[in-house]
Amino acid sequence: MQRMLLALATTAAMAILPATTLRAEDSSDAIVIPIHNWSSQIVMSHAIGQIFEGLGNSVEYVSTDSQAVYEAVRLGDATLEVEVWEGAFGASFQAALEKGGIEDVATHNAITREDWWYPTWTKEACPGLPDWKALNECAKAFATPETGEKGRFLGGPVDWLKHDQEKVDALGMNFVVVNAGSAAALWAEIAAAEKNKTPIVVFNWTPNFAEAVWPGEFVEFPKWEEGCDKDPKVGPHADKVYDCGNPADGYLKIAAWTGMKDKWPKAYATLQKVTFTNPQIAEMAKLVDVDGMEPEDAAAAWLKANEAVWKPWTE
Amino acid sequence: MPARLSAWPVLLALAVVLAAAQSVLPQALHRPPEWLVLPFAHWINSIFVFVQEDLGLMSLTRAFSDLVEFCLDVTANLLYGKSRWPHLGPIPWTVIAVAAGAVGYALSGWRLAVFSAGTFVWIAVMGQWKWAMETLSVIVVAAPFSVALGLTMGILAWRSATVERVLNPILNVAQSLPHFAYMIPVVVFIGIGPKAGAIVTIIFSVPPMIRMTLLGLRKVSPEIIESGQMSGATRLQLMTRVRLPSARTEILIGVNQVIMQCLAMVVLASFIGMPGLGQKLLQLLQALKIGLSAEIGITIVLLAILLDRLSRAWALRQPEHNEAGASWLERHRLLLVWAVPTALAFALAAWDPYFVEVKRNQALSIAGPIDAAMDVFVRAAIPVTDWLRWFLITWVLIPMRDAFLWLPYVTVLLFLAAVGWAIGGLRSALVSLAFIIPIALSGWWDRAMITIYMVTVSVVLAIMIGVPLGLWGARRAARAERLLLVCDSFQTFPSFIYLIPVIMLFGVNDVAVIAAVVVFATVPIVRYTVEGLRNVPAEIVEAASMSGASRWQRLIHAELPLALPTMVVGANQSIMFSLFMVIIAAFIGTQDLGQEMQRALSSTDVGKGLVLGFAVAFIGLMADHLLVRWSAERKQRLGI
Repeated sequence: MQRMLLALATTAAMAILPATTLRAEDSSDAIVIPIHNWSSQIVMSHAIGQIFEGLGNSVEYVSTDSQAVYEAVRLGDATLEVEVWEGAFGASFQAALEKGGIEDVATHNAITREDWWYPTWTKEACPGLPDWKALNECAKAFATPETGEKGRFLGGPVDWLKHDQEKVDALGMNFVVVNAGSAAALWAEIAAAEKNKTPIVVFNWTPNFAEAVWPGEFVEFPKWEEGCDKDPKVGPHADKVYDCGNPADGYLKIAAWTGMKDKWPKAYATLQKVTFTNPQIAEMAKLVDVDGMEPEDAAAAWLKANEAVWKPWTE
Repeated sequence: MPARLSAWPVLLALAVVLAAAQSVLPQALHRPPEWLVLPFAHWINSIFVFVQEDLGLMSLTRAFSDLVEFCLDVTANLLYGKSRWPHLGPIPWTVIAVAAGAVGYALSGWRLAVFSAGTFVWIAVMGQWKWAMETLSVIVVAAPFSVALGLTMGILAWRSATVERVLNPILNVAQSLPHFAYMIPVVVFIGIGPKAGAIVTIIFSVPPMIRMTLLGLRKVSPEIIESGQMSGATRLQLMTRVRLPSARTEILIGVNQVIMQCLAMVVLASFIGMPGLGQKLLQLLQALKIGLSAEIGITIVLLAILLDRLSRAWALRQPEHNEAGASWLERHRLLLVWAVPTALAFALAAWDPYFVEVKRNQALSIAGPIDAAMDVFVRAAIPVTDWLRWFLITWVLIPMRDAFLWLPYVTVLLFLAAVGWAIGGLRSALVSLAFIIPIALSGWWDRAMITIYMVTVSVVLAIMIGVPLGLWGARRAARAERLLLVCDSFQTFPSFIYLIPVIMLFGVNDVAVIAAVVVFATVPIVRYTVEGLRNVPAEIVEAASMSGASRWQRLIHAELPLALPTMVVGANQSIMFSLFMVIIAAFIGTQDLGQEMQRALSSTDVGKGLVLGFAVAFIGLMADHLLVRWSAERKQRLGI
């Protein structure tokens, strides 16, 4: 199946060859695409990799830590990174940009949002949601032995630097922030809560597979305004920073090693045009997480069903 | 030994007094003051930058890693058809299963042959072939490298006392350093990918090989050497033909250890790019697919047990000699056992691609039933675990944790010195201090105390569970054997899989962390309790029975005291396992050294990672020193 698709894509690439032969040829070395441990990123990496293979490039995938990868891209050990989340990896990416060796190639149409989130059943215990004041009033419904009277908010790992504690302090919320050690820990908590419909409020983000499995909503905090994290005057409390929600429209970018444009000019030109939307990313994640396909098959299936989307990128 | 008797109560009393005066102590005695905290991490980073940039070690490590990568490419091509030289692979799964069966048969007989081939059939029909071959392609390179390196260093250490003196502390630390601490420097020097995975696996698995080689060479009796010399062997011949073959048993145990350590690294090494089962397992867990990840866990356990059995069989096998005048057929029976089915397997593979690789959509799966069983279990257990969680958090864990953090650091130092003194005199007191003071100076005191608190609680719980289990298991030989097999399986089952059910049962908190650690920490306690009790001399048991002791009295007064030194070795290992697991439990969510280690890994901060790693290693080494010392003395007093 994959091989057939490859053959198809190669013929497609041959058809457009005359237009591109003028440019320098791509190196025959493999383009190394790093993959992490969440499915949309893996499928998207394979989708882009298979497009490259269609152009005649050889591609290899290597699994890496999602923070350490920016160092690897900078050194050219990995060639590109298909999902740079503003919220989660903005800082690492920025740091790597300053050191040099990595560049911002393209920005997806998709917007990302990361904030406090609850699954739908929570609304029964706290009908005023998604307003944050309503959430604060039913803090007791979220209490656990270790948080006593206060509600428990399960945040992401500390190294995601989400400033939840600052938010709780700034808004005077009746909540204790507990940090999970990994995304899997967050999912396990939601899955356990689902079994007896325990109310729960956790850190979550979109696009990801969880929205397909557990419908839910983000908590509506005072709207993010530029400077809310630095200038106390911005936001409802004149003397506090972080008295607001996270930006509801974070970027999702593609990063690449600066050597890529000379080594694989054709692939680089294609990569500059790549852009995915939220529904497309959610669909890729769903193929794996809900339909149980293997990432490479999911990517092939997605490419087959969406030729109109990606064909123009290769021209 | 009057001095020894008098000194430790004084230290202990001083510790108690300081603790009692906690509220009036000056700040500098509560926590190490800032001017005492040394920038270890900064120093280590400077050394690394110097080594990396000025000494040009980078090109050396990269050259070594290129060599490893070449070997990896060859095995990757053969096992799963990666497009690299020699462009022959992938070898059909049927052929590999037959080869495994033949090896099993050659080493031990039909039973091992069936188990061996069966393991590979399971991997293939469960659709895990490619992942398992990705994993094996790394292991078959890493393990021989590790064995060769271990042998060389073992021989060097045996030759020269200086080398041994230098190597010994390094090995001690290396064997107690948490896995993550190794990985950060490897990322810096080697980068990421299969070669980094292979190299981290080599580094992790080499220490036991060195130890066993050294031990084996030492045990070779002088008579054997003499007879070698008398037959005119050169020094090289003496080593390769006399010494090494005589040390064969120990060396093969070392090989066995190397293989086990390699499998233990399968999941962890995927954090820095090792492909295969481990990587897949982490992806599946990330999407909360417990059933599918358990399937992979089973595969890893099967591979571990298989490789363990094979290498053991190899160690025990004595060279066979054919009788004179045996026919060609008799002399080449093994060849036939292998060649005929292999030809058949190739024929099958040519006939249907199913026998080359089972695709994922043709695979069998037991994930459905596992997930369903998990669901039933979690639903049924939640009322109990909710209560348990409330009880443990409110009445045990929070008070314990607060108490550990409440203690002034000087009290802890004095207390440990007192314990050291009581066990091994002045020397042990100094050793304890030498391990704990650097932790105080590192600036990670609070986090280290949280780690110690979690390990303490876990080991106590593990003893409460493991000792009765061991007592029950040791009563019958067959039961003991089955229990030890369960121990083996639990030990090799990838620990990451435990983390998810544990969170589902207890939520993200210390109870979940401790539950996960206890699963791991109980294994050595059970194992050594069983072994300790089963090795109590039969005459003593008989004598006790004859003098009219009831079963209970016999256990309390005769068997347990004799088994105690061995059980303490179990407790020692239990502490080591707990320390490793507490670090991994950072993925649940902790506030200890492990959490910081995870941060250091994601920001590739070598200095910080190593400082934290050393802190963990020192806690382990201190416990190790005290327990081993106590156990040795006790054994001597009991005359065993």
